[in-house]
Amino acid sequence: MSLVFELNQKALALGIPLSVHLDVTYRCNERCVHCYLDHDDHGEMTTSEINGLLTQLADAGVFFLTLSGGEVLMRRDFFEIVEHARRLLFNVKVKTNGAMIRQAEANRLRALAVEQIQISVYSHNSEVHDAITKLPGSHKRTIEAIRFLKAQGLKVVIANVLMVDNVQDYAGVMALARELGVPYTMDPTITPKMDGDTSILTLRVNGSDLRQVFHDPSLVGNVDEFCGAPPPPGDDIMDGYPCSAGHTACYISPYGDVFPCVQFPLPCGNVRKQRFLEIWKQSEQLREVRSIRARDLTVCSSCAHVGTCTRCPGLAFMEGSMRGPSAADCQKSFQRTGVPSANMMLGAHSDRRQRLIQIQPIC
Amino acid sequence: MDCYIARSSAIAARLIGGEMMIMAADSTFFTLNETGTAIWKAADGHTRLSEIATKISSEFDVADNDAHRDAEQFVKELVDHGILRISDGPITDASPLPVSAV
Repeated sequence: MSLVFELNQKALALGIPLSVHLDVTYRCNERCVHCYLDHDDHGEMTTSEINGLLTQLADAGVFFLTLSGGEVLMRRDFFEIVEHARRLLFNVKVKTNGAMIRQAEANRLRALAVEQIQISVYSHNSEVHDAITKLPGSHKRTIEAIRFLKAQGLKVVIANVLMVDNVQDYAGVMALARELGVPYTMDPTITPKMDGDTSILTLRVNGSDLRQVFHDPSLVGNVDEFCGAPPPPGDDIMDGYPCSAGHTACYISPYGDVFPCVQFPLPCGNVRKQRFLEIWKQSEQLREVRSIRARDLTVCSSCAHVGTCTRCPGLAFMEGSMRGPSAADCQKSFQRTGVPSANMMLGAHSDRRQRLIQIQPIC
Repeated sequence: MDCYIARSSAIAARLIGGEMMIMAADSTFFTLNETGTAIWKAADGHTRLSEIATKISSEFDVADNDAHRDAEQFVKELVDHGILRISDGPITDASPLPVSAV
């Protein structure tokens, strides 16, 4: 058993929010076609509000802090925030598009001992990448940023969101990652926009392409193991909780709103109105999220995939119920194994394009 | 033993459930026991390791020789992982102590 696993178990038992994802801004210098955010500033927390919040998070026991956006470097005070976070001895991970990272920024991140910088790369081909970001020259700048950061000895990870526009390019991005000497991660998840607009869901990779991705040994390793039929779930699975959202992790927006996860737009409180720990301990919404076990899931509890599915309770919530299925994850389980999900067999997986409300300021 | 030790600022640390959790710059994860935590907390850059070991010896009721030997070995391991810095003279920029989690 690893120490990190032990730490998670301890945090779960003690009700400690071990990991927090804090978006410091929704503003961005890119306009990615698949992005769910509203990039206008509706009243971001000030430097002192964020630094005060970080102190509260440290008091609450948060160890892993992810700073993201938007583009984090759109905030002029970004390094001031990182400096405060590091003074509080958080393990800091930064998510960025890298376009604003030059030598000086790389030096600063190194000096502040940031644990990891995750950078979005959509293609090895600059035309495809720039067409997705809608920022000419962004591919060049992003790759340069990775080189600046690597030269400082920082840990960089390439994050490759897959969509219809770039699904054929993942092998090229993997090769680019190898050339740059950085790990590669891929995610085919596209979520609805903040205002409920689901039009960007048409960018989701189609079933046959998803199947091809899941059966590529260069991505998944042992295909037979990764794509094997799901084993019957034991009591430990049925009594388990769906994911860490709301249990040992949560998300905070640039406006101070607290949610179980960045992909779970259930408002639980606002740190401008209440102390973080009060929200974490007393929010009715978080209590409800924590009460759910696999056996409570309305359709998924009877599904063959219940023990192995990547079912996201946030996506399920956006589809209508946090206890219900997430059609996108049903699709992933099906394309991976060839075994239809219980939800698919009910015929409920067809497009339920209701108006969805994503993460928005509460006040 | 006549050296000074200071907490490095390149680490992440938090006191969780009474145990000090530390992630070194090389991503190695450590939990420190009570005496380890006491040594790490005392590593302010101004107190000699020998003084720290003597204090540990009386606080935890350990034989003086054992406390000194164990402290030296423990400090060497943490220095190897970049969690502590060691110097013949005082160190002025020891990292602050993390806030208590519970």
